[in-house]
Amino acid sequence: MTSAPDVKIEIRDLTMAFGSFVVMRDISAAIKHGEIFVIMGGSGCGKSTLLRHMLGLQSPAKGDIFYDGTSFWQSNEEDRQAKLRRFGVLFQGGALWSSMTLVENVSLPLGEYTDLSAPDIADMARLKLALVGLKGFEDYYPAEISGGMRKRAGLARALALDPDVLFFDEPSAGLDPISSRNLDELMLQLRETLGATFVVVSHDLSSIFTIADNSVFLDRVTCTMRAQGKPSELLKHSTDPAVRQFLTRGDSGAAH
Amino acid sequence: MNDHSGEARTVSPLDGRSKREVAPDSSPARLGVRRDEPGVLIVELSGDWLVRSALPDVSAVAREIARSPVSALEFDVSGLGRWDSALMVRVLALQELCAKGKIEFRSQTLPSGLAKLVALWQAVPEKKDAARQEVKPSFLERTGLSWLAAWAAATGMLRFMGEIVLAFLKLVRGRAQFRWGDMFLAMQQSGPQALGIVALINFLVGLILAFVGANELAKFGGSIYTADLVAVATVREMGCIMTGIILCGRTGAAFAAQLGTMKVNQEIEAFQTFGISPIEFLVLPRTLALILTMPLLCIFADLISIAGGLVVSTLLLHITPELYLRRTVEAVTLASFLLGVFKGACYGVLVALSGCLRGMQCGTNAAAVGEATTSAVVTGITAIIASDGLFAVICNVLHI
Repeated sequence: MTSAPDVKIEIRDLTMAFGSFVVMRDISAAIKHGEIFVIMGGSGCGKSTLLRHMLGLQSPAKGDIFYDGTSFWQSNEEDRQAKLRRFGVLFQGGALWSSMTLVENVSLPLGEYTDLSAPDIADMARLKLALVGLKGFEDYYPAEISGGMRKRAGLARALALDPDVLFFDEPSAGLDPISSRNLDELMLQLRETLGATFVVVSHDLSSIFTIADNSVFLDRVTCTMRAQGKPSELLKHSTDPAVRQFLTRGDSGAAH
Repeated sequence: MNDHSGEARTVSPLDGRSKREVAPDSSPARLGVRRDEPGVLIVELSGDWLVRSALPDVSAVAREIARSPVSALEFDVSGLGRWDSALMVRVLALQELCAKGKIEFRSQTLPSGLAKLVALWQAVPEKKDAARQEVKPSFLERTGLSWLAAWAAATGMLRFMGEIVLAFLKLVRGRAQFRWGDMFLAMQQSGPQALGIVALINFLVGLILAFVGANELAKFGGSIYTADLVAVATVREMGCIMTGIILCGRTGAAFAAQLGTMKVNQEIEAFQTFGISPIEFLVLPRTLALILTMPLLCIFADLISIAGGLVVSTLLLHITPELYLRRTVEAVTLASFLLGVFKGACYGVLVALSGCLRGMQCGTNAAAVGEATTSAVVTGITAIIASDGLFAVICNVLHI
């Protein structure tokens, strides 16, 4: 396709709608390899909906998303499944499978998609759990651990297949500032070690400024993408009042 | 009018509350209207304006405005006692009245706490399109909408069944994402763990059939045929229907609640994003489990029900157990026995389908899980009875 070689994901003229109710129109963005890309905006502006479109959970009203230059929504079911297997997703509440222990949660994708032996799978799963700081909790059920731990376990499961692209839906929601910061640092470390591309939905400013290389700002009022770029650059140079207001927590004008 | 403002400021919500504790007796709220200078309407607020007492409405002001033109509205709060949000409701109503009649609204003399609340209320503009409009659709529109909904439900069910068949074919070719352990677990939960309730219900059904039959058949001197009645009714109809209904309330509801909760928890989406088909992984093992356990449960139910009939016949009609069993064996043909077992398997499919379908269609909140469970049981029982009617017609035509 026409996209540059280092572009991992390209969103092209995407319009999202529920029936006749348009959530966002004409979103276009290019996400480079190894970048942490943040989708930001106020509550209810369609951030999570955009993520669901990128994950194939919801089909676009118009437009398309390209991974490595190939269309996601034009390809057939099998290709789409193959693409999905290269993704890792951390849902807002972790979305761990509640009838399985943590190690079973991480093992399941490994069992489905690799030819590893059962003991190897268990070792791999333990390794991923240790990576997110959950050593010793392998045989706990999701209901028995705290929300922050559930989120980390969800991250371990997302990492199970060594994905190319990691998606995070509101990683800091429901976490205390320290846990949230630890998660940010974990993400930065993972980016360095795995070289994966990250797509993060967030409205947590401190986290956004810490991790983001690039971002889009979605605005609920105009139903469009209002700005694109590194958030710290946007803070310095953007003249759009809505963007400034968001990035300065409402005291725009004072800065600048 | 500003001479009142100093006094008014002292009446803050906090003062109101402390006064309420000190003096429980309250003077009634009063709203008066007067005109000091032409064009300026003064609204006198006096007494205690509290939520728990009755409040005067603003119609007096509206009447006054209608009587002769007013250009500004002021407040006189010199007699105002304690107040809470009740006063605010009336002040806002007056403000709206002013806005409608293009009258200047002077809120300076209001207690400062109240003025702040009014400012807060004005700060958040109403989102015009967010408020739901009550549009009552016409009769034709409603008819059309309900037909469209019924059509969508029917196609949704057919698509779901088609997906299960495709998943089953994939399983046969050995390519489905299927865990046998899940199937055996579902079999354990729907089969052996249901034996107690299935035994109890079917034993009672056998007893009841025998009682009814014995009384009626005694009139013809044919009490011995009670055995035939119980055997045929049980093996052909009651055994599989009762078991199907028990399983629907027990296992079908459980399936809907399990899958519905997984949906709420985004666990289903987590499967999808891993490229794991929820139909193959969750629905297929449950459906197969019921197809396999239902015939076995049916046979068990038949035996227990016949045992119930045997107890009544032996104790009440003094038919020997040997005779009863001989009549039973003579009455039950292989065809009717197999028919009952086959129907049992079909009902197993219906229970699994309705439970899983409603679970997968579940919305994303707690109430939706309850609705999904209810709907699964209703759908399942309706489907069982309706298909039993269909079976009866088919068997009649085929002389089975």
